[in-house]
Amino acid sequence: MSASDLIRLEAAAVHFGAVRALHDITLALRQGERLALVGANGSGKTTLLRLLNGLIAPSAGRRVLTPNADGRAPRSAMLFQRPFLLHLSVRRNLHIALWLAGVPAAQRPQRAAEALQRVGLQPQAERPARALSGGQQQRLALARAWAVRPDILFLDEPTASLDPSAKREVETLIDAFGADGMTLVMSTHNLGQVKRLATRVVYMDAGRLVVDLPTDQFFDHHAVPPEAALFLKGELPWI
Amino acid sequence: MRWWLQRAVHAGAFSALCTPLPIAKPPPRGKNRPPPMNTFTESLALAAQLITQANGPLWPTVALSLRVSASACAIGAVFGLGLGAALAVARFRGLGIAVGALNTLLALPSVVVGLIVYLLLSRSGPLGEWGILFTPTAMVIAQSILVVPLIAALARQLVVDALREGGDQLQAMGARPLLAAALLLLHERRAVLTVLLTAFGRAVAEVGAVMIVGGNIDGVTRVMTTAIALETSKGDLPLALALGAVLLGVVALINLAVGLVQRRPGVSVSASGVVG
Repeated sequence: MSASDLIRLEAAAVHFGAVRALHDITLALRQGERLALVGANGSGKTTLLRLLNGLIAPSAGRRVLTPNADGRAPRSAMLFQRPFLLHLSVRRNLHIALWLAGVPAAQRPQRAAEALQRVGLQPQAERPARALSGGQQQRLALARAWAVRPDILFLDEPTASLDPSAKREVETLIDAFGADGMTLVMSTHNLGQVKRLATRVVYMDAGRLVVDLPTDQFFDHHAVPPEAALFLKGELPWI
Repeated sequence: MRWWLQRAVHAGAFSALCTPLPIAKPPPRGKNRPPPMNTFTESLALAAQLITQANGPLWPTVALSLRVSASACAIGAVFGLGLGAALAVARFRGLGIAVGALNTLLALPSVVVGLIVYLLLSRSGPLGEWGILFTPTAMVIAQSILVVPLIAALARQLVVDALREGGDQLQAMGARPLLAAALLLLHERRAVLTVLLTAFGRAVAEVGAVMIVGGNIDGVTRVMTTAIALETSKGDLPLALALGAVLLGVVALINLAVGLVQRRPGVSVSASGVVG
């Protein structure tokens, strides 16, 4: 295991009853990289994301976390396709996220203000979170994730339900978080987004990891196995 | 005569049933009596008369009803919301049976609750030393037991539904299951308020339990429903109906107040419910 690995899956499998959602996954997530998980619906992208984040335990194999320099496990946050915001104000949603992350009460107001500033939602701080537009809600969810200063940010199709303008805003923020050194892992169907944001691509098919390549090699369809090349052709017919 | 009935008679519970509510009565029947009114019209007029008597006997009875039922709901909320939240996130063998039992208790007859509390609080019962039978405290205990299953079952369902929407995300933020359930109750607080209003409606409208454990003692444990039962048993239907109208009016006013609170500035109403 490399010192720069934050998380490593070793022959990990996930079963939901009789359904085998993931088979024999071995994967290392390295510090500062931007990993995109792609594949058809039901290929296991979201399950892999949840497994990496520790929301589900492997049914077989193991998930190993590497402690960082000060001896703590890497801190993570997760952004979902449709963010769940409590029926509270924007500011209170942030405060609750900080409280759940164990941030001391004295630091919460400043951390919340910084996060709102970062995503451009400070003028909306006292508005009900659920009254925000879809793009603003996703930005609030990003602020909530960023506020806890995660080492790894997991993103589950973060722009799938947004209009083009909101999608661009959210992508810009994700890109900025990555530029700050945050490790990003995202599942997406949007191959354009993969090209813009990812440095490494994992292609999943029927719960198996089929391809694991740097982004530029992944989009060279001569370098990928036939099933991944077919997926690329289906998603990008002009290739 | 059954021992518990003898004890109740000895305690003066049922003699109190024969004590009329000292409220202005309609004029006696006779040749000088005005043309007979429709019972409903008569009762409405009587209700208006009762309500306008600021120092009349109605308001202490209403106040006691509200005090007992509100206290029972407050206690029921603590236990019911806690139980409902815990059952929503609990994973143990027999959970289905526990939930089924809870749902069955939704139909718990109030007289059965009254009887059980009576047996517990009677002198020879395990809690007889408390000496609270035929007091408002006993009525609060009985009504609390009545509303806990209702609040718990509805709160459990609320949390289960909300967990489908946000459970994963709260877990990803670091919330343990019970804490996530508590946050979801906060999130669904307007629905919780509706649950508590439903429970209050159940408590304030029940008669069996408070009659048995309170005894309907005039000025001490007489509440709206037991007063209505008494007047009905005496054949004074207009007065009973008038009391019923007042009871409905009180509940309507409470609903109105809650509605006004929910529509306060900063809270908007969407097709899917109140947001804010």
